[in-house]
Amino acid sequence: MHRASLEHVDRPSPSDSIWQPPSTFDVVVDRVFRGGTLALAWGTVLVVVLVVGRIARSATPAVQAYGTQFLTGTVWDPNRQVFGILPQITGTLYTSFLGLAIGGFFGIAIAIFLSEGLLSSAVESLLKRFAHTERPFLTGLPAQIEAALRVTVELLAAIPSVVYGLWGIFVVIPLVRPGANWLHTHLGWIPFFGTDLSGPGVLPASLVLAIMVLPTISAISRDALVSVPPKLREAALGLGATRWEAILSVIVPAAATGIWGSIILGFGRALGETVALAMLAGNANVISWSLFSPCNTLAALLANHFPEAGAVEVGALMYAALVLLAITLLVNIVGALILQRAEAGLRGLSL
Amino acid sequence: MKPLKPRGPFAGPEGIQLPQLERSLRHPRTLFSVAMSALTALMTLAALVPLFSVLYLLVVRGGRLFSLALFTELPPAAMVPGGGFGNAMVGTVLVVSIAVALSVPFGILAAVFLAEFGPHTATATVVRFAAKVLTGLPSILAGVFAYAVVVVLTGGFSAPAGGVALALLMLPIVLLTAEDAIKAVPAKMREAAIGMGATPTQVVWRILLPTALPTLLTGVMLAVARAAGETAPLLFTALFSDYWISHVAPYFIPKTVGDIMQPTPSLAVLIFNFSSSPFDNQIDLAWAAALVLVGVVLVVNLAGRALSRRSVNP
Repeated sequence: MHRASLEHVDRPSPSDSIWQPPSTFDVVVDRVFRGGTLALAWGTVLVVVLVVGRIARSATPAVQAYGTQFLTGTVWDPNRQVFGILPQITGTLYTSFLGLAIGGFFGIAIAIFLSEGLLSSAVESLLKRFAHTERPFLTGLPAQIEAALRVTVELLAAIPSVVYGLWGIFVVIPLVRPGANWLHTHLGWIPFFGTDLSGPGVLPASLVLAIMVLPTISAISRDALVSVPPKLREAALGLGATRWEAILSVIVPAAATGIWGSIILGFGRALGETVALAMLAGNANVISWSLFSPCNTLAALLANHFPEAGAVEVGALMYAALVLLAITLLVNIVGALILQRAEAGLRGLSL
Repeated sequence: MKPLKPRGPFAGPEGIQLPQLERSLRHPRTLFSVAMSALTALMTLAALVPLFSVLYLLVVRGGRLFSLALFTELPPAAMVPGGGFGNAMVGTVLVVSIAVALSVPFGILAAVFLAEFGPHTATATVVRFAAKVLTGLPSILAGVFAYAVVVVLTGGFSAPAGGVALALLMLPIVLLTAEDAIKAVPAKMREAAIGMGATPTQVVWRILLPTALPTLLTGVMLAVARAAGETAPLLFTALFSDYWISHVAPYFIPKTVGDIMQPTPSLAVLIFNFSSSPFDNQIDLAWAAALVLVGVVLVVNLAGRALSRRSVNP
């Protein structure tokens, strides 16, 4: 480039200059490529439409044949061709709510613990007591531990659900069974303890479900808590609030929309969770308040019956799939909208 | 109002109130704060118990059977000792590869549009929303869709049917992480390229994608880790098979279209089927398969995370 003079810059030749205008070929390629990415972006929308449309179309004959009786019937008998999914709907909702209650409780606590620097302030005050604040290794440790804990909690979501099912069968069920049966014999008059736990049932299914929704809830709630503007926290602390007064009365309310979004997305996950529930719920079409009674869910019904179903039963299963799709789509869309609003709301706060 | 008497080492002279800088644990408010901190710490640790319980049990129960035969032999019949799940491993690799081939180019190119060509367009908003909705699609419904489309059209259970179902679950993960990855490329790199006369397409291929590659790979690997462990979408798309993929040696390489267009075994479905088996040898094999599956999934997951962590720092 040392030869470059003004004249070269005005009329560059490709061999001399590192810059050159795009050739016609480049421009054509560019147009085509940009159009292609636009098409693929719309392709994502098309995929969603295709999934909904395809399942709805496959279910149409069954919807016409069974109508709304399908939703209120309690018997699933392929031999007599009687199909009803009320027990599956109640089972899905019951296990999901229970799992969500437990998982949400833990998930939000974890999100607070990992976002508010509780560990580092505890370590700091401990170090101050022993006058060791000058050790960079010790003061940097809490942040590293927090990062490690965060990844570990996220790894809970990485374990395949079939492995949780296996673990549930051989660990959770034997673990809760003695306590469950004690509750049934002594407090059996309470509807929640109305049956004994013979193996699979609502309680082990919900416990495993809680573990599976916990990472979703804690990760999204943590994002919401972290994006609360620091000046809110500082103002609360400056007014004399203790750390937890600031958390409970300022930070959590400011992040509430995001936390609600996380809970609803967690609910969506719980509703659609399949294999672990197929292994732990008991595959029994029972409607019961009892925590120890076997039950069934929509997704587990599909998993257990689809592989060996005949043509008529496949039609009915498609109807069940459509019901599951409608419920989960609704829940997920509401969750996504809430999170979008949360993002917009916090953007307004930080301005 | 009666003036409070200052206490502690920071108390000023009599009659002057200085705020207490150190909180005493004797105050209920402070005690509540400390107790809540301790409680959340305990809850965090409690949530990790299942993870370590799963891992411990996998190593103990799955490790018992660990041998080379696991990877080279076919699943055993009831009560027959020995055997392995070589065919299921091959099947999982095959089905996941099909899913990667379908979802990764699709997801990354759509993400290029979202991140680079039209980040603020109405299209981008709609597409992002669709991807988020797709993230929440129950995995069993991905299977139902693949059944209704691929299995019904091709007339049988097959590896591509399973691949389509898994691709549906991978697509939103790849797309949303790829969008973030491309957006994270420093603006000055793209501006330098545009200043030299590169077309937007050249900027994408020569600058954005190579620079974002580690983070793109993170998304792909997280998606692969998710797909490899999925059971529900494969139950009635890829189904299962007790045999190798090919009839001709080497048995683990599919050679004809017919080899692929037949029921294909997978580790996840093997665990599901054998977990309800009344026979101990099959249950033990399910544990061994779970150990291998979780090992692969965790390694891919952690490796993917490590990739993008390194690329953030330079």
